[in-house]
Amino acid sequence: MIKFEQVSKTYPGGQRALSKVSFHIEPGEMAFLTGHSGAGKSTLLKLISIMERPSVGKVLINGHDLNNIKRRQIAYIRRDIGMIFQSPRLLDSKTVFDNVALPLIIEGYTRKETAKRVHAALDMVGLRDKARSMPMMLSGGEAQRVGIARAVVNKPPLLLADEPTGNLDPKLSMEIIRLFEDFNQAGVSVFVATHDLGLIARMKYRTLTLRNGQMITDGLSAEDEEAWQ
Amino acid sequence: MSILFKGRSKGASDTRVGYLQMLSAFFISHLRQALGSLGELWRQPAASLMTIAVLGLSITLPSTLYILVKNTEKISAGWDQASEISLFLKEDTSAARAQQLIARLNTWPEIDAVTFIPSDDALKEFQHLSGLGDAIAYLESNPLPDVVLVSPSEKHASPTAAGILLEKLKDQREVDIGKLDIEWLERLYALLDIARELVSLIGVLLFVSVVLIIGNTIRLNILSKRDEIIVMKLVGATDAFIHRPFMYTGFWYGLLGGLIAWFAVILILWWMDSSIQAFASLYQKEFNITGLSGNALLLMLGLSILLGLVGSMISVQRHVRDIEPQ
Repeated sequence: MIKFEQVSKTYPGGQRALSKVSFHIEPGEMAFLTGHSGAGKSTLLKLISIMERPSVGKVLINGHDLNNIKRRQIAYIRRDIGMIFQSPRLLDSKTVFDNVALPLIIEGYTRKETAKRVHAALDMVGLRDKARSMPMMLSGGEAQRVGIARAVVNKPPLLLADEPTGNLDPKLSMEIIRLFEDFNQAGVSVFVATHDLGLIARMKYRTLTLRNGQMITDGLSAEDEEAWQ
Repeated sequence: MSILFKGRSKGASDTRVGYLQMLSAFFISHLRQALGSLGELWRQPAASLMTIAVLGLSITLPSTLYILVKNTEKISAGWDQASEISLFLKEDTSAARAQQLIARLNTWPEIDAVTFIPSDDALKEFQHLSGLGDAIAYLESNPLPDVVLVSPSEKHASPTAAGILLEKLKDQREVDIGKLDIEWLERLYALLDIARELVSLIGVLLFVSVVLIIGNTIRLNILSKRDEIIVMKLVGATDAFIHRPFMYTGFWYGLLGGLIAWFAVILILWWMDSSIQAFASLYQKEFNITGLSGNALLLMLGLSILLGLVGSMISVQRHVRDIEPQ
């Protein structure tokens, strides 16, 4: 699903964010990406959503080299990727319903189909009764779940999350991760960047670790090592 | 359309709607954005009205000047045919020779009518009209020459034909000076040419400034919606989709500005009507000023909308591209 081949990223000014990163996440897999702040987690996710371009190397999604994607096509790539951020990035002037409906309106769904899907997405995150609320009236956990509903409303095959639990307490964090598990069960590939090691430790998911822009373990070899011992 | 995942059902296409339905969905989406933009203008009435007024008044000035030039042309067109040639005879021409000349001219096919004004009559008329009265009686001799007024036939009344006739008349032995009273008309035409050019020039300058003003207003709009644009880009909005509401804002600015210009022109013409009537009555002429014709009105509205669209397009192309999610 996601494949990095010897990817390096140097920002203008010479700051090296990633160096020679390679890994492969299979379709339908759920994986975590960890590392300290500044280790390059966000940069890695930005390369997948084409918010940044690699300096060297190739990023492939479903076998398509993103280096060949032209600027005009980026919008269509992002429709295949559900993105979740540390802050939910909701539009404060619009209702919860309209926020979640945004990707569908952009893709030109009919009003009926839009309403059906938005309610289904809000149902999944347990916020069906909040459709008419304004984002300002929501708690932090609720707002984050609205952001998740927006990310999955058009049923993308791939879900990316950058520190989705960064602002939440452990209980709410666990709820969010359970949601991701539900989507993963439904066949969506899920890739979550987080520095919350306590959260991951309790789960048996593949974990990739970055340090100073280098991938020190891609999870697979770690399991192999465990198998050895 | 999915680039990465072949066969992934996307958008409206996965519910298997017909082309007609897709087309209607397309128009509904446009209509929604158009009305959304109008609603946005409505929510900030003061700011919107100022921009619209700038646009409207900038179009009013060239439109009004255009109407004035058009009407002046209309008046002068009525006078075009009235050209009359005055022939001033040489001082030593006797009455008999003058009569001979008149008889000769009457046979010319180019000439419709000939009127003879003897110098004595001319003096009397001058005495009467000038208000100098008795002062003229002190003159030792009559300083005025005999005058023959020649009216060209209709065919030869145009400025050029009348000019040729004038040259021919000047060649007559008895004639001292010939004068075509169309010269002032030619001067008027030259002046009108200058006025017309001025109208276009002022128009172009104002139109450019309108485009810049709209462009700047839209730029501020774009910057104030920075967060919204970033979110839209993150969830896969194309540039065209993000541009559209701003383009519709430009469209509404143009349309509403055009309507304001229309009302302003009507108001100005109504305001000026009495003074124009007073002016026309000096010439004993019945004259009604013509406003904008249907075509000219449509052209004005069209131009106004075009200016709004061009202004927003320039701004949108430049500034939406600069806003990228970080």
